[in-house]
Amino acid sequence: MPAVSKGDGMRGLAVFISDIRNCKSKEAEIKRINKELANIRSKFKGDKALDGYSKKKYVCKLLFIFLLGHDIDFGHMEAVNLLSSNKYTEKQIGYLFISVLVNSNSELIRLINNAIKNDLASRNPTFMCLALHCIANVGSREMGEAFAADIPRILVAGDSMDSVKQSAALCLLRLYKASPDLVPMGEWTARVVHLLNDQHMGVVTAAVSLITCLCKKNPDDFKTCISLAVSRLSRIVSSASTDLQDYTYYFVPAPWLSVKLLRLLQCYPPPEDAAVKGRLVECLETVLNKAQEPPKSKKVQHSNAKNAILFETISLIIHYDSEPNLLVRACNQLGQFLQHRETNLRYLALESMCTLASSEFSHEAVKTHIDTVINALKTERDVSVRQRAADLLYAMCDRSNAKQIVSEMLRYLETADYAIREEIVLKVAILAEKYAVDYSWYVDTILNLIRIAGDYVSEEVWYRVLQIVTNRDDVQGYAAKTVFEALQAPACHENMVKVGGYILGEFGNLIAGDPRSSPPVQFSLLHSKFHLCSVATRALLLSTYIKFINLFPETKATIQGVLRAGSQLRNADVELQQRAVEYLTLSSVASTDVLATVLEEMPPFPERESSILAKLKRKKGPGAASALDDSRRDTSNSDINGGVEPTPSTVSTPSPSADLLGLRAAPSPAAPPVPVGGNLLVDVFSDGPTAQPSLGPTPEEAFLSELEPPAPESPMALLADPAPAADPGPEDIGPPIPEADELLNKFVCKNSGVLFENQLLQIGVKSEFRQNLGRMYLFYGNKTSVQFQNFSPTVVHPGDLQTQLAVQTKRVAAQVDGGAQVQQVLNIECLRDFLTPPLLSVRFRYGGTAQSLTLKLPVTINKFFQPTEMAAQDFFQRWKQLSLPLQEAQKIFKANHPMDAEVTKAKLLGFGSALLDNVDPNPENFVGAGIIQTKALQVGCLLRLEPNVQAQMYRLTLRTSKEPVSRHLCELLAQQF
Amino acid sequence: MMQFMLLFSRQGKLRLQKWYVPLSDKEKKKITRELVQTVLARKPKMCSFLEWRDLKIVYKRYASLYFCCAIEDQDNELITLEIIHRYVELLDKYFGSVCELDIIFNFEKAYFILDEFLLGGEVQETSKKNVLKAIEQADLLQEVPMGRTK
Repeated sequence: MPAVSKGDGMRGLAVFISDIRNCKSKEAEIKRINKELANIRSKFKGDKALDGYSKKKYVCKLLFIFLLGHDIDFGHMEAVNLLSSNKYTEKQIGYLFISVLVNSNSELIRLINNAIKNDLASRNPTFMCLALHCIANVGSREMGEAFAADIPRILVAGDSMDSVKQSAALCLLRLYKASPDLVPMGEWTARVVHLLNDQHMGVVTAAVSLITCLCKKNPDDFKTCISLAVSRLSRIVSSASTDLQDYTYYFVPAPWLSVKLLRLLQCYPPPEDAAVKGRLVECLETVLNKAQEPPKSKKVQHSNAKNAILFETISLIIHYDSEPNLLVRACNQLGQFLQHRETNLRYLALESMCTLASSEFSHEAVKTHIDTVINALKTERDVSVRQRAADLLYAMCDRSNAKQIVSEMLRYLETADYAIREEIVLKVAILAEKYAVDYSWYVDTILNLIRIAGDYVSEEVWYRVLQIVTNRDDVQGYAAKTVFEALQAPACHENMVKVGGYILGEFGNLIAGDPRSSPPVQFSLLHSKFHLCSVATRALLLSTYIKFINLFPETKATIQGVLRAGSQLRNADVELQQRAVEYLTLSSVASTDVLATVLEEMPPFPERESSILAKLKRKKGPGAASALDDSRRDTSNSDINGGVEPTPSTVSTPSPSADLLGLRAAPSPAAPPVPVGGNLLVDVFSDGPTAQPSLGPTPEEAFLSELEPPAPESPMALLADPAPAADPGPEDIGPPIPEADELLNKFVCKNSGVLFENQLLQIGVKSEFRQNLGRMYLFYGNKTSVQFQNFSPTVVHPGDLQTQLAVQTKRVAAQVDGGAQVQQVLNIECLRDFLTPPLLSVRFRYGGTAQSLTLKLPVTINKFFQPTEMAAQDFFQRWKQLSLPLQEAQKIFKANHPMDAEVTKAKLLGFGSALLDNVDPNPENFVGAGIIQTKALQVGCLLRLEPNVQAQMYRLTLRTSKEPVSRHLCELLAQQF
Repeated sequence: MMQFMLLFSRQGKLRLQKWYVPLSDKEKKKITRELVQTVLARKPKMCSFLEWRDLKIVYKRYASLYFCCAIEDQDNELITLEIIHRYVELLDKYFGSVCELDIIFNFEKAYFILDEFLLGGEVQETSKKNVLKAIEQADLLQEVPMGRTK
């Protein structure tokens, strides 16, 4: 090959590289490098102008030093000078340096862009390609701004050389991915699609990548590419292995192009045109047929290229999910690979089969491979392959094979790599619940999980077993017996103590008849674990003890003794101390009847989506659990195995409501905020319609409330006393005041403040939200000295909002004295996602004139955010799962406020999402995640905010599982910066 | 789309790095360290693919050099293995029985060849003939001053 190429043009560089290689130690290397850096610096600073060759040589040395891992802080200017050299090789090194060491120095960027502009205009294809490569390599926004409009022209120009078209296509792709807003759509897009017909295979190969990306963003505009892609693919697939000359790779015609075309087709549903569809199906069949033919070469390259196309074909078949025949054939093909001697193929087959398992057409076919997959889980030496096997077992699980799969996974768990244990635990827990025929098996499985991998059993898992046991009385006795036995083990995991403590506290009576598990035995067994447990567990056990006093009066004296002990009553931990004090008092002052009512068995939890499933979805993205969500396969079991609501309350469950001691907590704005979520807070003695357990309030309120006079209007009563239906209809009230939107925006990221103020009236707001519930206090202050009359604030739901958001209001006094303030309490429940806030209409008479005012109530969908913490990997996985074009909303906007990272952080937290550190590779960026809780559904949301301080701009990207929500959140949040 | 490609030796020395996504130098170094360690720790018979963060790593060893690519979730692992192989073939054809030293001493050429083959993380030209023709043409221009009008 060419002798000129060997770099002997730069002897000095070769000598320097040799020197470095000969260095015996790191120190010697650093010394040699520093010497060279000093030398280069002096040459660059010297008076004598350097010739192009020397400049090139030194720039190249700097590049080498940089690639060794050292920082380079000079030489950029010299590299930029090389760009305008008329010697190709100098120009080329200049571009290489710029590509590798981009520096956002604005002065330089201008010079670089100038040089690129000249080269693009040079009409010399070699120069043009160099310039295009540089843009594609750097891909910065500045370059996008300078060139995004020119490149489409170069791409579709009739006189562009093929090589230039290729570079232009991929260069444009890079710019479009980096800053889609900068690439103008236009007449060129139609012509780009026709590049699929280009005679030059290289041009097609490059163009398909660009077209695929454009299709993903604007599927409708590029629909014409389907038939072109199909006919191109068909020509390749049916061509003889030598037809395509240099584009044939180890007897496989154009494998890269084929894979890209199959990828492109996956942007769309199956072709509507019957002829096109027929042709495509023929292609897919041909590929499947070819897989059965003897190989044309023994080389691995041949089989890899062939199988690359085969796997991509199977992906497309799965994507269509409409051709049972093809799906089953695909499954059989993958089945062959499961036993292939190539590890790579086994790995890919397991991975691909996972998606096949969720199709109703191929689920049964996948199941036939269960033994092979279990064998893989046991025998594969590579952990990544075993992980795939575990994923596949999870995906192929149904009622018929659940016991087998769960027991294999439990066995695998004992030796599984630590990194994947938690995931396996979640999967086992979900399968056990989903496919439980009898619940004793379910309870056994979960207790086994805790025994084998207690550290990896997250809260969701053990909360869940409690919820299920609570809801199903046929399993309660068995559960009590089993946990009692499990607790006998000398060392048992703390999670076991929690589960055991809770279950015995609720259902210990069911096994108390047996003298081996009599009440004192149960108590002493639990109490023997007490001292080794964490605060949270001890708090739970204290609640168990008070429940025991109710269940087993004979234990009262012993337990009171324990509660009275100094180690409890004077415990340094405030929660433990408080529980001890309150439980002790409760057990002494309350009559047996009251005690029995307070400490009654927990009522069933409302049925909701499984919290573990939600957790797995959070871990793995929404697709991960899809196999199980799939109601097509398991419609019969929905009522038996349906979910129950995840409530955080189980932790402190049997704690009695504060109000039992006689007084209700008064809602005073000065007092600590009452936990929201009205229906969790109901007073057991109230005769309201909601017979909910008494859970939420922390005991401290009880004592505080004794000191305060009972408020005339307890918020509790509001639930039983909804505002009369005298609200004016939306047509009766005026349009919102012009500033309403601005006022609303102030409250997107915060929950309290002044909502409105004029000369007469001030409206303050204070609100709290939890899950899908919220409570809002509105304070109406009369700023005048004259009484307002007929004062009537009402909440109106415009449009469909009534079905999306329920707001209950309490009527307030019709007169507001001068200088006085009245308070109105609103209970809010988010039923489903909503886009417009409710309206607040305030009317009153002041000095004889009617005043009316309509505002937007500061309730926006983000208030129902529940922050979700997740690791980078999970975040990205989830992010990718939400990649449908409509699931993403993006806004690029100018900063309206100073760009302070701390302020931004606070705003994002106020917005409601969790802020995730160490997720975005760029530490300047913010990444957040959360779930919007509504009664009907949960919407997972991911967000990313990229500040660009130099440009004073932000880019905000939202991805959610529900399309209008993405856009709405994006708009809400973009207003805040 | 390929996110980056790394070439490193058995000893863990980085020989070539190509990044198709913007990352800070610090992050690049961290990723490199992590991946070099992970890949070198793997045994010869193991699978050439692994999940890493939200990406898929595809790697292959040629003599003393490891070629390691990071691709996205929907990308095709096998075709990426062959991207690596085709790149090795291109280097081999250009240098004539390429060895690690060729890449060390002529790293700039290795970059130029890669840019002809892959651009922006996507395959640009798969024909060996066309890629090498482009590089040879450039080599012929080596020291000849060029006018604007050629």
